[in-house]
Order: sequence, then C-alpha cells, then structure tokens
Amino acid sequence: MSSIALRKKDAFAVVAPPPPAGSPHPSAAALTESAARVAARGKARPAPTGYQRFQAPDWLLKSIASVLGFALFVCVWAAIAKFGGRIPGPVAVWHAAVTIFADPFYQKGPNDQGIGWNVLSSLKRVGIGFGLAALVGIPLGFLIGRFRFLSDMAAPMIAILRPVSPLAWLPIGLLLFKAANPAAIYAIFICSLWPMIINTAVGVRQVPQDYLNVARVLNLSEWKVFTKILFPAVLPYMLTGVRLSIGIAWLVIVAAEMLTGGVGIGFWVWDEWNNLKVEHIIIAIFTIGIVGLLLEQALMLVARRFSYS
Amino acid sequence: MDKYLQIETVGMSFDTKKGPFVALTAIDLAVRKGEFVSLIGHSGCGKSTLLNLVAGLLAPTEGGVILAGREIAGPGPDRGVVFQNHSLLPWLTCFGNVYLAVERVFGAAESKARLKARTQSALELVGLAHAMDKLPQEISGGMKQRVGIARALAIEPKMLLLDEPFGALDALTRATLQDELIRIVGSTGATVLMVTHDVDEAVLLSDRVVMMTNGPAATIGEVLEVDLPRPRERLALAANSRYIHLRARVLEFLYHRQAKRAA
Repeated sequence: MSSIALRKKDAFAVVAPPPPAGSPHPSAAALTESAARVAARGKARPAPTGYQRFQAPDWLLKSIASVLGFALFVCVWAAIAKFGGRIPGPVAVWHAAVTIFADPFYQKGPNDQGIGWNVLSSLKRVGIGFGLAALVGIPLGFLIGRFRFLSDMAAPMIAILRPVSPLAWLPIGLLLFKAANPAAIYAIFICSLWPMIINTAVGVRQVPQDYLNVARVLNLSEWKVFTKILFPAVLPYMLTGVRLSIGIAWLVIVAAEMLTGGVGIGFWVWDEWNNLKVEHIIIAIFTIGIVGLLLEQALMLVARRFSYS
Repeated sequence: MDKYLQIETVGMSFDTKKGPFVALTAIDLAVRKGEFVSLIGHSGCGKSTLLNLVAGLLAPTEGGVILAGREIAGPGPDRGVVFQNHSLLPWLTCFGNVYLAVERVFGAAESKARLKARTQSALELVGLAHAMDKLPQEISGGMKQRVGIARALAIEPKMLLLDEPFGALDALTRATLQDELIRIVGSTGATVLMVTHDVDEAVLLSDRVVMMTNGPAATIGEVLEVDLPRPRERLALAANSRYIHLRARVLEFLYHRQAKRAA
C-alpha cells in the first residue's frame, strides 16, 4: 500500500508544473490525496455479516479418515469371512481376543503360555540381538565413515552380505551355538547390523566440512572432535539406522521363531496353525503389528528428542 | 617495519585431473602488529586460498608463512578464523560455541568460572549478552556472524583471519557489523587479515588494501595505503575526498586494469 502511495507521489512531483506561490507543496497534496484514498477504501470494505464458513479442525478430519479406513477394512474382512470359508470373521476373532487378553500371563508348561509371555520373550530376543548389533555396528560405522581405507575394505563384504535373508544365517547360528534361542538372537543381530553400520558411516561422511574446519583451526583433541562435532552431527543418521534395524528385527523374529520353536510370538503363530485356531493367528497378526508400531513410535520420539534442527 | 606476519615468496598449486593448477605465485606480504590488511580481488583470484595458507588449513607448495617469528605448520588457536558461513555448531548454544574455543585454549590453566567469564565477555563485546542461551537457528544471520567473531576473539589470537565475514549478509546488516568491527578492532588492537570483495568495506576498515591480480597464477598487483585517520565514521567518510580518491583507485584496479570478462 505504502509503496503505491510513494510511487504516486513521485509521479506527481515529476509531471506537475511548479505550484503557484502560496499553494501547498505538491508532495503534501499527494499525501493528503493518498490519505483520502485510504479512508475511502476503509469505507468501501463490506461490513462483517457474522457469517463464517464452517471449517472442521484438522485432527477431527484425520481421525474420521482413520476410523473410516479401519471400518472399511473390517467390512472387507467380514465379507471374506462370510463367503471365503475357513477364515473367522471379526466378531469371532473379537471374542477369542477377549478371552486371550483376559489372562495374557498364564503359564501351563513350556509350550502353553499366555500371549503376553510370548510377546515379551520375542521382545527380549530382539532387544538382545539388536543391542549387540548396536554395540558392534555403531562403532564400526564410525570407523568405516572416518577412514577411507577401512571403508574400501568393508565395502565388498557389506555389499555381498547385506542382501542375504537373515534366516539364511539361522543354520550357522544353530551350528555355532547348538541351541535355538541364541541362534534366533544371532539372526536378529545379523539383520540389525547392516542398517546401523551403513547409516552411521553415511552420517560420518556427511558431517559438513565447515564443522571439521572449526575443529581444525581450534586444534581440538580427537575426543572433543568426537563428542562435540562428530557424534552430534551423526546422531540423526544413527537413529535412522536404529529405527530401520528395529523394524527389520521385528519382522525377522517372527520368522526365526517359527523355525526355532520355544516361546515367542512367531512360535505361537505356528503352534496355533498346528492347532487350527485361525482366530488366534489373526490376533497374533494384529499384536505383532501393534507392537511393531509402538517400537517405531518410541524410536521416532527418541529421534525427535535428539535432533537439533 | 616490524613484521608480525610474513608471507614469503609463497606459491600454491593444486593437483587436478588436468595436471597441476597454479593458484598463487610469488606472494610477498608483511603485516605489522595491530595492522588491518584486506585482500581484495575478483572471485577465483585465490584470496581465500591465501587466507587458508595463513590459517594453516592449506600448506604452501612454495615459500613459507611466518607468524610472530614462527613458521606456520598447520592450523592452530593462535589464529582466530571467522568463516564466511559462520560455521557455528547447530547443537551448541551461542555460549556453547564460544565456550568450546575458550575451553580448548585456556582450559588447562584456568578455572571453569574464569572460562565462563571469558566466554561471557566475548559475547558482550559483540553485543550478544542477551542471546547467549539461544541456538544458532534461533538467531539472525548477522547475529550468527557476531558469534563467529566472538568465538575468534575469545581465544585471544595473535591474529584475526576473516574470510569474507559479511559476504552472506544484507547491506544494512553488513554496515552495522562493519561499524562493530571497527569498534572491536579499535578496542582490542587486533592484527587482522580480511578477505573481501567489497571495495567500500576494504577501504573503510583497512590500513592497507592488498589488490590481487586475476588467477590462475594470481599474485599481488598493488598495495594501497589507506591513510585515513581513525576512528573512522562511515557517514563523514562518504563525502571525504581522500576516501573517494582511495575508493576510486581500488575500483580502477579491479574494473580497469584487472577487468574480468563476465563469467
């Protein structure tokens, strides 16, 4: 607005003939004129009618959409159950779930335990395998990222081993540890390792040269460089690696437990298949999904807490 | 002349795929203690390379650089560097960024309270006492550059090296920071080497302006004594005939004798 008035004033000053003595300065005239225009525009604005368009809040639309999506899913499922033969419908599964979750922590011998115990023992395996992978993978990632030679050394092996299904390592695990439980943990370890090594190494290579120049001109000690520059700069990348790993680990544990047996959600799925309790398999699918979602969300929370930008 | 910084027949070439690239050749320059010297030239003339040689981030392929009687063998905290893009660590507050440098230099000899006091006074010097606990992304570009200056000054360097310190700022902020720099340099008596491509900035701030020829194989074309009395006032100088004359000399060098075809 003001720029328009200003231009108008300039134009006036250029084209106007010299004002007769006694009349106000041309720019003063322009000012009065623009002031009058502002006043006129103020008057021209329509009076508020009190009518406002209704706009639903964002969160409401979002939750309506999610509920709708879930309802649609349940409808399709119910239809499949009605016409598809042996698949139990939502109502049957719901009743089974109520019974199961009423007592999730019962124990009737090694092969008959509540779903709570099964989930917990799977989580324990994931936790141990994943924790070990973090202990090995993150420092290894730092070394590979920091030293070109180590990176060149590791690259071909990582390239070959990374696409291998972790389950292919299971027999090696059984051979090495001569027991099912450590073999499953070993498979988790292997599959969690790669994303952590690779993401940490990429993070180290992405540290801006400017930050490293600061370290160089100050002659910071290696320890200070690590704690004040490398680690914080790499942390977001590292957490991405951690998040990917835990997602993969949770995928792999179900398959590994189907093969190794014992207690665990994967074993439980297989056991219920053998008992032909299909409702329980569907319950297990939902449980696995929800636990995986919670793991992911928890790590996202951690990542947000530690990201600096 | 008492030579504090001596750049002696320095040459710098880089290995490239097409063979060696000579960036600088036969650079001779001496800077007195407490002197403010600017390096000016077209982009690609190697002025930043020369500054990096003094900073120790690069090693010359010919000749040597001596600061206070010692040959520069690498980077070190006896030289405070202000980078063009501020280079603050985004996960540390303004205080934390300066403290990192202070701790490195004085940490072994002084108490924590003393280190904190040093950090605080450096930030006060650049007028940022109120923003000490802010993160870099919460402050403006000009303020970031002030923190960069505070970080460089807080370690009490023998020499201050400024690499186009205000190049990324808007004109008004740049003017304010130039005035601040005049004041700070006046009160601390720092020896300064500054790279710039701004003619006014060079003449306003410097005791001498070193004009560099175009690369490759750039060298010093001419050195201009800026014999304007201090303290200098931006507004008063704008109409000062001596200032206008000096400014014209730099412009003449850059746009006539070293005219560069539009890239």
